Amino acid sequence: MKRIIVCLKQAVDVSQLKVDPKTNQLLTASAPKKISDFDKNALEEAIRIKEKLGEAEIYTVTVSSEDAKAVLREALAIGADKAYFVNDPSFQDVDTSATAYILTEAIKKIGEFDLILCGEASLDSFSGLVGSRLAELLNLPLIASVRKLTVEDNTVVGERTLEDAYETVKAKTPALITVTREINQPRIPSLMMIMKASKKEIVTWTATDLNIQKEKVEGKIDVIEVLAPKTERKKIMITGENKEEIAEKLAKALIQEGVVGR
Amino acid sequence: MSENKGVWVFSENYDLTLEMLGKGRKIADMLRTELVAVLVGSNVQEKANDLIKHGADKVYLVDNPALERFQSEAYLSVLHNLTANYKPDILLIGSTKNGKPLAARLATRLETGCIPDCSRLSVDEKGRLIGERITYGGNAVAKVTFRSKPQIATIPGRAFAKLEPQDRNGEVTKLDVKIEEPKTEVVETKPLETSSVNIEEAKVIVSCGRGLEKKEDKALLEDLAKILGGQLGNSRPLAEDRKWFTEWVGLSGHKVKPKLYVACGISGVIQHVAGIRDSKMIVAINNDPEAPIFEVADYGVVGDLYEILPALTEALNKQLQ
Repeated sequence: MKRIIVCLKQAVDVSQLKVDPKTNQLLTASAPKKISDFDKNALEEAIRIKEKLGEAEIYTVTVSSEDAKAVLREALAIGADKAYFVNDPSFQDVDTSATAYILTEAIKKIGEFDLILCGEASLDSFSGLVGSRLAELLNLPLIASVRKLTVEDNTVVGERTLEDAYETVKAKTPALITVTREINQPRIPSLMMIMKASKKEIVTWTATDLNIQKEKVEGKIDVIEVLAPKTERKKIMITGENKEEIAEKLAKALIQEGVVGR
Repeated sequence: MSENKGVWVFSENYDLTLEMLGKGRKIADMLRTELVAVLVGSNVQEKANDLIKHGADKVYLVDNPALERFQSEAYLSVLHNLTANYKPDILLIGSTKNGKPLAARLATRLETGCIPDCSRLSVDEKGRLIGERITYGGNAVAKVTFRSKPQIATIPGRAFAKLEPQDRNGEVTKLDVKIEEPKTEVVETKPLETSSVNIEEAKVIVSCGRGLEKKEDKALLEDLAKILGGQLGNSRPLAEDRKWFTEWVGLSGHKVKPKLYVACGISGVIQHVAGIRDSKMIVAINNDPEAPIFEVADYGVVGDLYEILPALTEALNKQLQ
């Protein structure tokens, strides 16, 4: 295993996302950004493979229309050796087909690799398509939603949980693996690692550097609207002198609503 | 683009296929087009008639011993061959762990869009498919449509209802398709040890969160679940952090839609709420009056679950007699 490529998305931190109460629109532009959680698991897995095998270069690739340097520095601090940043204003609102296409062009330019690791889905849009699309474009074996990964010589073995079964799947490298959050617990970089990371290289490419075709970035889908869901709940708070009174009122309400029993 | 026609459904999961036929029938009628079920497997011919009974006008049957079990490249090559030849307008694919990567790879081969995990589908005035999906960790619902054809959407289980089987006429076409060499090999499968009843099917769920101090205390919830005719659920931290359970309710776990969901000691982070949103009624019991779960609950009780739960069980016992 000489080189592992990890695809990292700079995602909206959904736990800090606010909604405009007047329009019900999400305030995504002002929300803090971070490495998408699942991608952090992918990076951690790459580092564990490197630690186990003794040697391997870990390169990260990020596609964004915005500045993502802070996120890339974090990836380098966690343990990536080099970060590739494909940054172009034309990448605003890219869909999964465009993202996979841009990643493909970047990875072709990087050159050889043994393994590509991606998160199963991103924290914000949660589509879960880019890894599979990328495998197809690069004509690679794909093992999706892996919760345990074993790497030996030129094979990878991934354990996956399906709806009704556990499955163990084997593929020859080079291969693409998408990982779930159960696969590991990502490490938090120490101060020393953060300081070391400042010496590591971030390579920035634009659309022109990769000969990106404009029409392929325009995408295949149109987002009509993204709105906070309306909750139409009763929000009745049940109070009482004591727990017995509360319980009696609640029990009565549930029976009247017809939700008790089979 | 105008040459694409018909609404197609495919899933390696048979129940999900029938559910998608239920919704597909409505869309096909709206668009005045045919509904096609793609049936892939080995010795599966007998199912073709059942698919017609459940709404399909036509069944494309690909029967081959090499297709007995799902294999990514094999199934992908079958679907690619069929869709490239017969050019459907809309293709619904079951959003399973195997189905979703299949849909993504097929969309890539056909250079088209894919909208994953659509819990609602509609058609606009131009006849374009619109999919609605939960996004931003449950903070939002996105409405998305297509710029390319075929329009591929993946559909989660239990988003749509099956039709009652009826005696209908339909056409079964058996097709021979060249199957691609696999790039991966399934070396082992073993059945998942899950609770005997699928939580996604439960009518009543009594669910616990971090407010539960010890695993054994779930007995308090079991007592309530018993009288309510329901089963237990739990939030993600109890599975992922405390390892008390292997599964959980939430966006990344089971999405449930019972008629009653009782959240006990669950704070109600957005990811959990996204998994219970379709519940008919939500009751929250939490000792923190500021807990966000109360914002999405029909009935809320600020109190200690260790006091409220036994009292509620007793009150129900009394009132139901």
